[in-house]
Amino acid sequence: MKKSLSILSLLSLCSLPAGAADIDIEITNLTHGSFFTPFLVAAHADNVSLFASGEPASASLQAMAEGGDISGLVADAEAVNATLVTDPAGGLLAPGQAASTSLNTDDAPDNTRLSIVAMILPSNDGFMGLNSVEIPSEPGRYMFSVNAYDAGTEGNDEILGGGAPGDPGFPAPPPVMATSGTGGTGVAADAEGFVHIHRGVLGDADPSGGVSDIDATVHRWLNPVVRVVVTVN
Amino acid sequence: MKRLLIPALIALAAGCSDNNSNSNPRPDETTPPEPEPVVNAIFEVGVVNLTNGQPLSPIALALHDDSFAAFAVGAPASAGLELLAEGGDNSQLLEEVEGRVEASGEAPLGPGGEETFVLELDGDDVSDLHLSVVSMLVNTNDAFTALNGVDVSAMEVGDTWMVNAVAYDAGTEADSEAAGTIPGPADGGEGFNAARDDAADQVTMHSGVVTSDDGLPTSVLTQMHRFDNPVARFTVTRTQ
Repeated sequence: MKKSLSILSLLSLCSLPAGAADIDIEITNLTHGSFFTPFLVAAHADNVSLFASGEPASASLQAMAEGGDISGLVADAEAVNATLVTDPAGGLLAPGQAASTSLNTDDAPDNTRLSIVAMILPSNDGFMGLNSVEIPSEPGRYMFSVNAYDAGTEGNDEILGGGAPGDPGFPAPPPVMATSGTGGTGVAADAEGFVHIHRGVLGDADPSGGVSDIDATVHRWLNPVVRVVVTVN
Repeated sequence: MKRLLIPALIALAAGCSDNNSNSNPRPDETTPPEPEPVVNAIFEVGVVNLTNGQPLSPIALALHDDSFAAFAVGAPASAGLELLAEGGDNSQLLEEVEGRVEASGEAPLGPGGEETFVLELDGDDVSDLHLSVVSMLVNTNDAFTALNGVDVSAMEVGDTWMVNAVAYDAGTEADSEAAGTIPGPADGGEGFNAARDDAADQVTMHSGVVTSDDGLPTSVLTQMHRFDNPVARFTVTRTQ
């Protein structure tokens, strides 16, 4: 009995370094009318994460969620030897569109978890978050449905504004501006204080007034907002 | 015929090497074996309407190969899908399939309702077999729910699985929710219209209905027509 046990443990030891992964990633914007700012795609160790539900957002997550700036998260991830891809869509990812990229963790077999984040526009601090899913070791095609989170760092006033942390409102690059309104009086004033599943945007039917600069018939969403297909080679 | 000849030649050669075997001739191998009775493969598909106020138009079902897809997110809807998603008429989509088996519900499936369909193949060949199920949420402009070409070729008899399905937007009609634009009982308005006037002519997920109770004064819909994902549950069982 002892012998067969030791053989088994040797076998399981042999299979341990299979953390190294060569994967293709396809990210599809499933929403009817929302855009995503540049994505951060990160393979990282299982003891770190970009965010956690119920916890306050980091300053770097706030910068991503309020303005689409991933530079802080990139620096954080590099500091823990994550394997990164930035901006695979080459700018905004439009509704219905997809972006593809690849990751190889042969040089960093401890990076067994996959996270992907990007801000939703128009929103104050909404973002899509694939949070530390285990990268499958078995070759094949795996689909993940990704939900929208609220970073909890900015009140969801839903009015045109800026993207720098602390600036109220949402930034509106041209394709977002094209479908947004103006003159809204504001929906919610207070930041929630913790990361949570986004309650969705409210919007209104008035392009030049009302409570919101978001169009209720165009910019609302229901989860999931993104589909991620991981192909393990 | 060639295949039959080769074993016969081998038998002859074996016979040559053994003179004493001539009195024991081999059985005639050219007699065809009794054909085994072919059992048709059968799949049962259960559909549950999970919504509060959205009847599902007569369910369209098809078993087909992977050359057909009812839709793809980011691509324009086919004419058949537009007809189904705007007006609940599944006839053209079922023609587009050119599948191995098609079926349709006879009436809309109401909120909370459950219906089971039996799809029987001609034969037991399930290779490259995919299942699609499509139905409109009728109190909307062009929302539908679907199973989109799920591979069932690996299902053994007795296998069963369940999936919760989301609502998609055909992208062929603006989600105005205006009087006269929704074919379901909430409005009794127009169904299919060939004009494609949505923000983009492409299938996406649906953003939900806004309704007059939640910020769209011109909507004929009320809070009772709102829905969230999932909107339908599909249970698939291979019974034979």
